[in-house]
Amino acid sequence: MTSILTNLFDGVAYGMLLFVLACGLAVTLGLMNFVNLAHGAFAMAGGYVCMVLVNRMGWPFFAALPLAFVSSAAIGIVLERTLYRHLYARSHLDQVLFTIGLTFMSVAAVDYIQGSSRVFINLPAALQGQFDVFGVGIGRYRLMIIAICGLLTIGLQMVLAKTRFGSRLRAAVDDPRAASGLGINVPQVFAFTFAFGCGLAGLGGALSAEILGLDPYFPLKFMIYFLIVVTVGGSSSITGPFLASLLLGIGDVAGKYYVPKMGPFVIYTMMIVILIWRPNGLFGRTAAR
Amino acid sequence: MSASSDAGYHARRQARWHYGEAGFWLIVLACGFVFPTRYLIMTDILRLALFAMSLDLILGYAGIVSLGHAAFFGVGAYAAGLLALHGIINEPVLALVVAGLAAMVLGFATSFLVIRGVDLTRLMVTLGIALLLEALAERFSNVTGGTDGLQGIEMQPIFGEIPFDMFGKTGFFYSLAVLFLLFLFARRVVHSPFGLSLRAIKNNPLRAAAIGIPVNRRLIAIYTLAAFYAGIAGALFTQTTAIASLDVFAFERSADLMLVLVIGGTGYLYGGLVGAVLFRMLQELFSTITPQYWQFWIGLVLVVIVLVGRQRLHRWMLYVPNLVIRQIAGRKAVVAVPESDA
Repeated sequence: MTSILTNLFDGVAYGMLLFVLACGLAVTLGLMNFVNLAHGAFAMAGGYVCMVLVNRMGWPFFAALPLAFVSSAAIGIVLERTLYRHLYARSHLDQVLFTIGLTFMSVAAVDYIQGSSRVFINLPAALQGQFDVFGVGIGRYRLMIIAICGLLTIGLQMVLAKTRFGSRLRAAVDDPRAASGLGINVPQVFAFTFAFGCGLAGLGGALSAEILGLDPYFPLKFMIYFLIVVTVGGSSSITGPFLASLLLGIGDVAGKYYVPKMGPFVIYTMMIVILIWRPNGLFGRTAAR
Repeated sequence: MSASSDAGYHARRQARWHYGEAGFWLIVLACGFVFPTRYLIMTDILRLALFAMSLDLILGYAGIVSLGHAAFFGVGAYAAGLLALHGIINEPVLALVVAGLAAMVLGFATSFLVIRGVDLTRLMVTLGIALLLEALAERFSNVTGGTDGLQGIEMQPIFGEIPFDMFGKTGFFYSLAVLFLLFLFARRVVHSPFGLSLRAIKNNPLRAAAIGIPVNRRLIAIYTLAAFYAGIAGALFTQTTAIASLDVFAFERSADLMLVLVIGGTGYLYGGLVGAVLFRMLQELFSTITPQYWQFWIGLVLVVIVLVGRQRLHRWMLYVPNLVIRQIAGRKAVVAVPESDA
């Protein structure tokens, strides 16, 4: 019984992490209809920035996390302004090719700069180990992830639903032409959202070094997971991807624990079945643009 | 001339063999005699060309974007490996066909999943199927040999007459023969009314359905055929290298394949062949400059190709050949700019 609860807890932490990593992609791919396979590269960038700051420069972990966000967001906005925006109107094939190219470049570049082995971020002592709550093992680090990601999720939902920027974004996504006719600067809204999504990915990358492992192949290894979150979750709100990440996280952890030999098999089968059953995602809109 | 006979005239004109094409194949054949020390790399190029041609059938002609074409390559590779290893079918040509058929069965079964949904769903489903097969091959490592791959495959002579030699000469001509035969068939298919209907579907599925083309059935048919071709390419891989390992399913293989086809251009069958040559040359070049990081440059090539625009790039690339043809033959250039795609 307790092992089930521990697994559930780990699964939730894993799922939350996936959500932070992938929710930027939910906006670019789900809302802006841009197939960005290079999303993991931004996460990797954040992770490596955090690693360098903490391990080499002795920054405290919690001070390095915002920097991971900022650096990924900065890379994101530069690339968006210089490269990505030319491709919004192009075919999906072009977008796929372009972002695969970016991914390959990022993998080789990080390999060149930091070496190909897995890196670890030195965690403060307060985050290590676990404690028991009624016999259920709770990892401190995972608890922190749940707390941070939970707050982020609530914050995102509030921003999208309540603020002026949120309504601009929703308008720009629903009908870019009408939105720009109403005086909304659509490219600016998209650029800002893209950068914010990249920043979140960077934050997720920094947080995930401990759990998912951080090495130069991160963008390729986890690409499919991000895509699953978005396609399965649909793009009508951030609730869809959120639930999809939780489902994926819990499913993956449980799958690895109970049927270790079948490993990723469970996840891929689930994804294919869901996509066949509902091509627009579990919580998607009926008509994809 | 009425519109319909006009269209038919153009279709027939395009289907006719050109001198350039015959010349192309003669050059390929000549390579086998001119570079007797390079059989291994040339065989590799032929294999890649066949694999790329298979992707061209679905991407260039039917507009299906696939990120998991390595699935069929892998099935063909393992089928051929297992057949040879356990001595079930010793004759390579027969084993090749059987391996192709195995991939074809998978292609047929998965085509129903692929034709559903839009581009994005297709991307995910094809990618998912390839990853699924990779996971399966890893899971059943007692059959597939796991990460070590199938080892100790010994190929019997072709037709019981021509043995494989260690320089890869037999392998090269064998691959060339297979590639040429399959090319002839593919050429026949894409210029047939069936192939023309595929182009109609690619340009506008709704309109194609409205003029009475059974869209789904056509897509299933071409996807199955492409799976057969990819399976043959995979089987050739195993038969000429005598290994099959897990990386036949790898995502990088599918991604590289996209690059091959994009370099060569889609929708005119030669794209895969030209692309395979250029891709291998690029790869050689980059790995001599930076042995470990050639992937960076491959990525850069992809990015540049997309940013410059594939159409424009092909116009530039075909400028010289067209100029030569115009000078020599004194008529309109025959090397066509590939159609826009996907």
